[in-house]
Amino acid sequence: MGRFHLHADGTDHVHELDPDAGHHQDHDHPHPDAGKTPEVGDHSGYLETGQTRITILENLLSENDRVADDNGRRLAAAGVRAVNLMSSPGAGKTTLLRKTLERMGDAVRIGVLEGDIATSLDADQLQGAGATAISVVNTSAGFGGECHLDAVMVRSGMERLPLPELDLLIIENVGNLVCPAEFRVGEDARAMVFAVTEGEEKPLKYPVMFRAADVVVVNKIDLLPHLDFDVDLFLSNLKAVNPRAHIIMASARSGEGVEEWCAWLAAQGELVPAPSQV
Amino acid sequence: MHELSICNAIASTAVKHAEGRPVTQVKVQIGHLRQVVPDALQFSWEVVSSTTDLKDAQLVIEQVPAVVECLDCGATTVLDLAILACGACDGFDVKLLSGEELLVVSIDLVDA
Repeated sequence: MGRFHLHADGTDHVHELDPDAGHHQDHDHPHPDAGKTPEVGDHSGYLETGQTRITILENLLSENDRVADDNGRRLAAAGVRAVNLMSSPGAGKTTLLRKTLERMGDAVRIGVLEGDIATSLDADQLQGAGATAISVVNTSAGFGGECHLDAVMVRSGMERLPLPELDLLIIENVGNLVCPAEFRVGEDARAMVFAVTEGEEKPLKYPVMFRAADVVVVNKIDLLPHLDFDVDLFLSNLKAVNPRAHIIMASARSGEGVEEWCAWLAAQGELVPAPSQV
Repeated sequence: MHELSICNAIASTAVKHAEGRPVTQVKVQIGHLRQVVPDALQFSWEVVSSTTDLKDAQLVIEQVPAVVECLDCGATTVLDLAILACGACDGFDVKLLSGEELLVVSIDLVDA
């Protein structure tokens, strides 16, 4: 496969259209297996004379991932374990975080990186609860507003945190069930808060988020008597998209399950003996 | 909407590899498990490309189906839903073969 042509200046050459030709070999990214991506070939579009096709096969998130890896290395060097906390808006991330700080804040030095499209309302709610440091990252620029934290935003939030004075960094992502799952930020683990008021079918509708989670905190179970929520159906839906997730039944409001969640957090970095294991 | 962020990533990848040469087409592969809406991606591309050197570049989106291989019975299943289960034996012990792609495949350049 190649295209021979003559230039106006009399020189000629062949443009290789082989998928590997022109591929920059000096960068590091995953290459799809040849067998599983049969569409990679050069047959889906007419290439006009005087044009060259360069095969790139570069992961779109490679720049984000590079910064995420940097973030991860900086955190590791400072001895900080990081957990990316994700959920839809209103599932209870901030309330759970407040209870977490109250329970663990004395024994473990916890930093919080608050991502929000606008305002510092969540960070204000956490004041005085026991965090060693809180950094707010607003994702809005003017009237816009990213629906997730990416690695660059987390990097700038980390710069305002005293990393050497922390054991654990909890990154509270923007409330959203779609986008945050796509962007690694340098975390060691991913936690998701799901509220039973959201409905049993959500794992099937937002599989990327549910698949991304290492742990799913099923929150607001104190409301179960008032809801038609089918716990078993939800758990089987969750299992269908993510068979490996650790599941914690909880109510941040009543405090049920908060201890198990704190034990999971503590186990992430073998930070301290899990608090008050009764 | 993360389509806009993804378009920004597409644009910066294309610009980096174009090294100043005019780009006429950018081809991307998006796996079905990525929850990217092609129309929204195409619309975001109009916005993003018009503000960069890529304003004449067409975005071509190849969607890649989600395919799993069953580790129990060995069957291969093309998924309709994002439930990672074997279509033959309903087992959940499956390996994902494709569907998570998020790649810039190629760019077409005008020869210097």
